[in-house]
Amino acid sequence: MLDASTHAFDRLPNAVGVGYKPQHFRDILADPAPVEWLEIHAENYMGDGGRPLAQLRHLSERFAISVHGVGLSIGGEGPLDTEHLARLKHLVGWLNPASFSEHLAWSTHDSGFLNDLLPLPYTEATLARVAAHIDQVQDTVGRRMLLENPSTYLAFDESEMSEIEFLDDITRRTGCGLLLDVNNVFVSATNQNTDPVSYIEAFPIQKVGEIHLGGHDEDEDETGAPLLIDSHGREVVDPVWTLYAHTIARGGPRPTLIEWDNDVPDWQALAAEARRAADTLAPALV
Amino acid sequence: MSGHPVSQGAFTAALLSPDLPVPEGLSNPDGGPATKRFDVYRNNVIVSLTDALKTGFPVTLKLLGETFFTAMAGVYVRQHPPQSPLMMFYGAEMPGFLEGFEPVGKLGYLPDIARLELALREAYHAADAAPLDPAALQALDPEQLVASRPRLAPAVRVLRSRWPIHALWRFNMAEGAPKPQMASEDVLISRAEFDPEITRLAPGAAAFFESLAQDASLGDAVDAATAEATDFDLTTTLGIALSSGALTELRAP
Repeated sequence: MLDASTHAFDRLPNAVGVGYKPQHFRDILADPAPVEWLEIHAENYMGDGGRPLAQLRHLSERFAISVHGVGLSIGGEGPLDTEHLARLKHLVGWLNPASFSEHLAWSTHDSGFLNDLLPLPYTEATLARVAAHIDQVQDTVGRRMLLENPSTYLAFDESEMSEIEFLDDITRRTGCGLLLDVNNVFVSATNQNTDPVSYIEAFPIQKVGEIHLGGHDEDEDETGAPLLIDSHGREVVDPVWTLYAHTIARGGPRPTLIEWDNDVPDWQALAAEARRAADTLAPALV
Repeated sequence: MSGHPVSQGAFTAALLSPDLPVPEGLSNPDGGPATKRFDVYRNNVIVSLTDALKTGFPVTLKLLGETFFTAMAGVYVRQHPPQSPLMMFYGAEMPGFLEGFEPVGKLGYLPDIARLELALREAYHAADAAPLDPAALQALDPEQLVASRPRLAPAVRVLRSRWPIHALWRFNMAEGAPKPQMASEDVLISRAEFDPEITRLAPGAAAFFESLAQDASLGDAVDAATAEATDFDLTTTLGIALSSGALTELRAP
């Protein structure tokens, strides 16, 4: 069953995509199956020219492209970096991607850019700030964005509401859609000792315009409790595939991305992961 | 209303200083301390920024070795965290940092190697430009040629070093390259298509390209070059400029 509201948020096909890595350029053009769309990290395509932009231009003639930002620091205490916003506007302007998404996280403070997706407490104050930042992004870029649920390793004592309440309120205040990272749900739920299935059940699924799947690493904290780390460096684990199947069964098919950013495998291994997602998606598309 | 608020300033300070305690107000699911959990963020920040430096300075990394470079990057990252989210340009302060970093004080060439690696990265991401057709120069009579003002492509960089930076770079990146001999080297970095190339320049040629970068006419650029090296060879230098895509168009005289 196609959910019409999905397409109000973006124009990605209801099919499987992968995070684009330049080493796969030739393989993707030769035989992309089952991959039908590609996601890029916005910041890697903010140079003035050269091979990265030439490859992206070429790929965009054949594939729908999702622009995924990792540097806007939407959850930051300070104002958004307007220079960076202008770069984003320029990229989205010439590329006209099928979707634009960013994270519920912060990465920049006075001292600089920290190159990680850092967590924030869920309070009325952070809610107002994040909503204002998303308004500013959407006004500047000129389109609605998707906001991704984070993977978290710890809790803020000052939080006043659940992550889902926070995300749902953001969408109502700003009109943005959501990017549901099912691996992040599993990682956060394990780390926060909550139930990932209940999280999926409670998630405002009709606002989800894209799903992410990726691999994580396993560790434990000093008390022996499991500590999962969102590393994007290996295959998606079985419990996350199960959670994904449950998500699709509940909300219908969604554009689904395989993320593999570290220790990037050859194209065949990545395509095999994409195939597994496509097989889960297929019955829901009938 | 609930727990102790955690400012992002306190969070950041603790991220970058492993000696500081985890900020009050952060917990594990049982309300206990989040020490190892906070360390995940600490580790992500330092490792990801160190990896960005390793990617950006492959020859510096090779010269210093993995272990030493990683330890040095830990110092650099805390002194010079990125000032923009564009990781492809991270490390602009590396040459100056290396000049002042006492443990590498004996490796005098290292700052210039870092400069070379920064210039290569800038060239890689610089705007595209169509190379100048040699016929455009050949069509000019001598007077017009001297007055012409060829524009340098956005990817062009010129470096002057008292060290053999090109030979050192090649020795570490190209298989079978000869062992570097002590010499000053000026180099041109240019990008014919997508991959920047380094060309060693004869005496005077660096001044020639630096003049063109300042919008000088060809005649004035030759004068600047000849002032440095009386045997400056325009034909060879123009040949390098044209074949490497360093010139992009002729401005009106």
